[in-house]
Amino acid sequence: MYLARVIGRVVATERYPGLDGVALQWVQPLDEDGRAMGDALVACAAVNSGPGDLVHFIDGREGALACPQTFVPVDAAIIGFVSQAVRLGERIGDAEEG
Amino acid sequence: MFLADVVGTVVSPVQIPLLAGKTLLLLRPLAPDGRPAGKTRIGIDVIGAGVGDRVICIDEGNSARQILGEPKGAAKTVVVGVVDYVELEGELAYDAERRAPPAPRSSP
Repeated sequence: MYLARVIGRVVATERYPGLDGVALQWVQPLDEDGRAMGDALVACAAVNSGPGDLVHFIDGREGALACPQTFVPVDAAIIGFVSQAVRLGERIGDAEEG
Repeated sequence: MFLADVVGTVVSPVQIPLLAGKTLLLLRPLAPDGRPAGKTRIGIDVIGAGVGDRVICIDEGNSARQILGEPKGAAKTVVVGVVDYVELEGELAYDAERRAPPAPRSSP
């Protein structure tokens, strides 16, 4: 599970059966300083989230388990909205919050 | 399993039902000698670990589901032990009783 920032949406009308109605979001993983860590990726949204939100996501096979149908080709899913992440007493990842 | 320092906490008011009431910890994965190694992760705490503890973590779905008792749960990273000491090639690489608090990372 990783901390990430939602940086955009992805719209795909034609998709694998079982993924209907599942929102797809661009997420940028963050490190403990709140900085970008590695490449951005597309994740299914198992909880409501939108661009700018701080979230945590799960990767691998478990990503699919967070979706409404669990036997689907998914390897990353947003499983929580983060209101506060603290590293050694300092809040991180707040920079882009309104 | 990997070794990590607990460097922070994550508060998530909206999340999948599996995680309700669970504590999420911000983890800094470490090499055996204590140097940071790998990507920052979030782990589910099941043992009462806190910031400053050096811990062992699982990063595998089946084990996580077994620990949480959720056969279909979307969980992967779980904090499963607090480290007392680490011995590396015959020398004490880490001792919880003499630990220093985790330092801010120096590398960019």
